[in-house]
Amino acid sequence: MAAGTTGEGTVAGARTHRVAHHFDNAEQQFESGKLGMWIFLATEILLFGGLFCAYAVYRSNHPEVFIYAHRFLDKTLGAINTAVLICSSFTMALAVRAAQLGRRRQLVGLLGATVALAACFLGIKGLEYEKKWKEGLLWGAHFHAKLAPAPPALPQTLPPVPAAAGEERSLIPPAAIGPAGLARPGQPAVAEGPEGPPHDVQVFFAVYFLMTGLHGVHVIIGMALLSWMMVRAGRGEFSPGYLTPVDLTGLYWHLVDLIWIFLFPLLYLIR
Amino acid sequence: MRETAHAEAAAAGQTAAVGHVVPLRVLVAVWGTLLALTGLTVAAAGVDLGSYNLGVAMLIATAKATLVLLFFMHLRYDRPILAIVFVTALLFVALFVSIALLDSNAYAHQLIPGYGPALPK
Amino acid sequence: MTGIESATGGFGSGGNALGRDNYLNHERGIKSWLLTRDHKRIGVMYLVVILSSFFLGGIFAELIRTKLLTPGNSALMKADTYNQMFTLHGAIMIFLFVIPGIPASLGNFVLPLMLGAKDVAFPRLNLASFYLWVGGATLALVSMVTGAVDTGWTFYTPYSTTTNTNVILMVAGVFVLGFSSIFTGLNFVVTIHKLRPAGMTWFRMPLFLWGIYGTAIIQIMATPVLGITLLLLIAERALGIGIFDPALGGDPVLFQHFFWFYSHPAVYIMILPAMGVISELVSVFSRKHIFGYTFIAMSSIAIAVLSFLVWGHHMFVAGQSTLSSMIFSFLTFMVAIPSAVKVFNWLATMYKGSIWLATPMLYVLSFLFLFGIGGLTGLFLGALAVDVHLHDTYFVVAHFHYVMFGGTVIAFLGGLHYWWPKMFGRMYSEFWGRIGALLVFVGFNTTFFTQFVMGSHGAPRRSYHYQPQFEAYHRLSTIGAYILGVGFVVIAVYLIHSLLRGRPAPANPWGGATLEWQASSPPPHDNFASTPAVGDPYDVEAWTWDGAVGGFVRRTPAEQPAGS
Ligand code: HEM
Ligand SMILES: [Cu+2]
Repeated sequence: MAAGTTGEGTVAGARTHRVAHHFDNAEQQFESGKLGMWIFLATEILLFGGLFCAYAVYRSNHPEVFIYAHRFLDKTLGAINTAVLICSSFTMALAVRAAQLGRRRQLVGLLGATVALAACFLGIKGLEYEKKWKEGLLWGAHFHAKLAPAPPALPQTLPPVPAAAGEERSLIPPAAIGPAGLARPGQPAVAEGPEGPPHDVQVFFAVYFLMTGLHGVHVIIGMALLSWMMVRAGRGEFSPGYLTPVDLTGLYWHLVDLIWIFLFPLLYLIR
Repeated sequence: MRETAHAEAAAAGQTAAVGHVVPLRVLVAVWGTLLALTGLTVAAAGVDLGSYNLGVAMLIATAKATLVLLFFMHLRYDRPILAIVFVTALLFVALFVSIALLDSNAYAHQLIPGYGPALPK
Repeated sequence: MTGIESATGGFGSGGNALGRDNYLNHERGIKSWLLTRDHKRIGVMYLVVILSSFFLGGIFAELIRTKLLTPGNSALMKADTYNQMFTLHGAIMIFLFVIPGIPASLGNFVLPLMLGAKDVAFPRLNLASFYLWVGGATLALVSMVTGAVDTGWTFYTPYSTTTNTNVILMVAGVFVLGFSSIFTGLNFVVTIHKLRPAGMTWFRMPLFLWGIYGTAIIQIMATPVLGITLLLLIAERALGIGIFDPALGGDPVLFQHFFWFYSHPAVYIMILPAMGVISELVSVFSRKHIFGYTFIAMSSIAIAVLSFLVWGHHMFVAGQSTLSSMIFSFLTFMVAIPSAVKVFNWLATMYKGSIWLATPMLYVLSFLFLFGIGGLTGLFLGALAVDVHLHDTYFVVAHFHYVMFGGTVIAFLGGLHYWWPKMFGRMYSEFWGRIGALLVFVGFNTTFFTQFVMGSHGAPRRSYHYQPQFEAYHRLSTIGAYILGVGFVVIAVYLIHSLLRGRPAPANPWGGATLEWQASSPPPHDNFASTPAVGDPYDVEAWTWDGAVGGFVRRTPAEQPAGS
């Protein structure tokens, strides 16, 4: 692993003028960039990992909510979007190949195709969001869809907060709604009736919007990066010996695809 | 593998590319397989396999992800350290998810479903 | 290579480069600093901002302690202000000071030097990390004046989603700081993997670098989870997403899982670099080769991994299930093993060494004593039944101050004094250095040992009012805090004095055998005039004091006394 060992099948006549002063050669620089990028991807995995954790916890504790609520998602649009992202990954892989082979015009074209497919993905996603918005199928406090029959009434009153004495009372104005909600002794957990929708359907939509939203933000960032790469490729900045930025953008884009590959079955194809 | 890809790069008149040039037909094959697997997972979701549905869906997704990683993201040809970094991240996610799940399953029965005073009426 | 040459890096008498071209005067002007990509300058800039944060956090601490002189209401601050005060103290100390602390300042400065490299792998990213720190700190400071947070540095829901203070801004600041930390860790890992020059094998790396490497693993694998936690908290407050809000069907205990999945490993982000510093100092100031190199190196990695398995020990009384509590309690005991491995190896290094009680060594001895107490009390807290009594008392406060202050801050001070001559090319007053170290040690123990006693009697933490029975303890603790404050003023004064008037430092004032001592003091822009010869980093016995040079020089083999 010591610096300077040249792996087979990698650089030979790479352009050297791009090598920064603290690297020995282009290969060391390229490999460093790649390692750095993969470490960054690892942090992305952990960032999304938190959301996957939230998903797992809520799905395992409220399976009925997930089974009930996922029907409101459009399976067809989801599948089309999956295919769109896979195609964009494919064009991205081809773009890196074109860069390696020094085909500049092909590179620009393929990057353009990738951006176009990404835009297509976002468009379809936007259609889905719009529908949810109209139907009130939103997260937490904003969920207001009318789901026929209402669940049995639950105690809505909170125990009175004991008034604090004298100076000890907080001067920060109290919040509109105080913390509440863990079980109190003597209150049985209410099971879902077979006829009505389950409780807490809004939790599914919170998870749905968080996961697809964070993913969507990544798509937008990816589009920006890809467009920038297109400009640089057009200027002829890349060559078979120097394509680190294209390669790293590609890795990022594939990761965005990778995450969607899991989101699709987890959100749309629940059974 | 290296040899053949090398040969292809050479055939394309280039020997100086940084990184490994993945052969075109490999990329096309991966692309096709990914689309086919997407179809498969949609189809599988239509069949009632009971509790196995989730497992099957995850298995297919993992297969797709592996293909993307190995070929589109070049892990198949790169130094093992990159794969190690990636797998380590997955292990940490698995650790986090599994312990949080273990714990929340144990206290879940203490939560009141539907007790949502902050929900709009 | 002759002795003089290797000692001075070929820079002539003494190896001091103040009058010659060095990284401090290589380029001039404020812009050359603000836009620099030189890891040494970035390290110095980090040092300045991190010490400023430490100063600010310290002011808050002294105010809190002053309030606690009396049990009842105080004219100094209201109860609300008190809550904001301890939150800001904690958040500043943790997110702005200790977490970036050693790696970003000392680490940035010495890592490439120790490795024999010209810079870190991504110098531009390094500068970006610095500015992310500045951005995050700015957000946090703005939140302070626009409704300072009163949740405690832990931001527990549901209180943090319902309080009317400016949680969003503070949390956004911490989110940005997290990215700064991630990029620093990423940069260091790639540097260590890819930029080691020929001859610098993994097991020839100084132990400080192993410590930094272990730290970086945690920074990379844990910080993103903090990131998503904070994003969810922001979404919770701004959009009412409901994931952690029981009033919307969410689960607040899950927030604690999220938070501690990062924040327990984060305590090792704080302590691992400190342990690395101690590993360097203990060998140099015992004039003896480090004992158990491999064990110390590997225990850093073991700690990094184990630190991910114990987060639930913060949740024993938070509604966590009994099963997880048992598992976490057991694993908490396991994590003490690699820490103890290190301590015993340091002790063995000192055994039969010729211990040189210079200022850095005084900090090493303080560290061993204080970290020993901090670590062992962690085991008390890790024991399930005991923790039910001790949780949220001053005992916990004392525990984490013994590890974070007694461990990390003390090691940071030790490292700062050790590398100071290298960073700025000047020596500080040894006399005042020892006085400072002594004041800090005495002040620290007076402040925090008292809190162990008070806590075991049940004094709750984070409380404005307290029972009159604890008044004596609180008074004593506050007096300790004042001694501590005086100690830091002394340190600040003689360090600033040294910057202006200090005696020019030789290349190797302490006789360290790691590569940074082969560069001049301060080092040139490119670190080394010629590629340094990589040898055993702990061969300190090969370096002897040379009065003519005014520093240590390497003995030629002929001079080596037999049986030394
Ligand atoms: C031998 C190693 C250690 C053990 C066994 C240990 C154990 C514990 C336990 C069980 C608690 C929870 C106490 C409670 O809230 O009831 C705790 C709290 C804490 N520990 Fe440690 N610890 C260790 C090392 C460290 C280190 C190295 C640091 C930091 C550098 C640290 C910083 C903290 C902090 C900040 C808290 C309090 C968090 C809060 O609730 O605000 N600990 N420790
Ligand atoms: Cu902990």
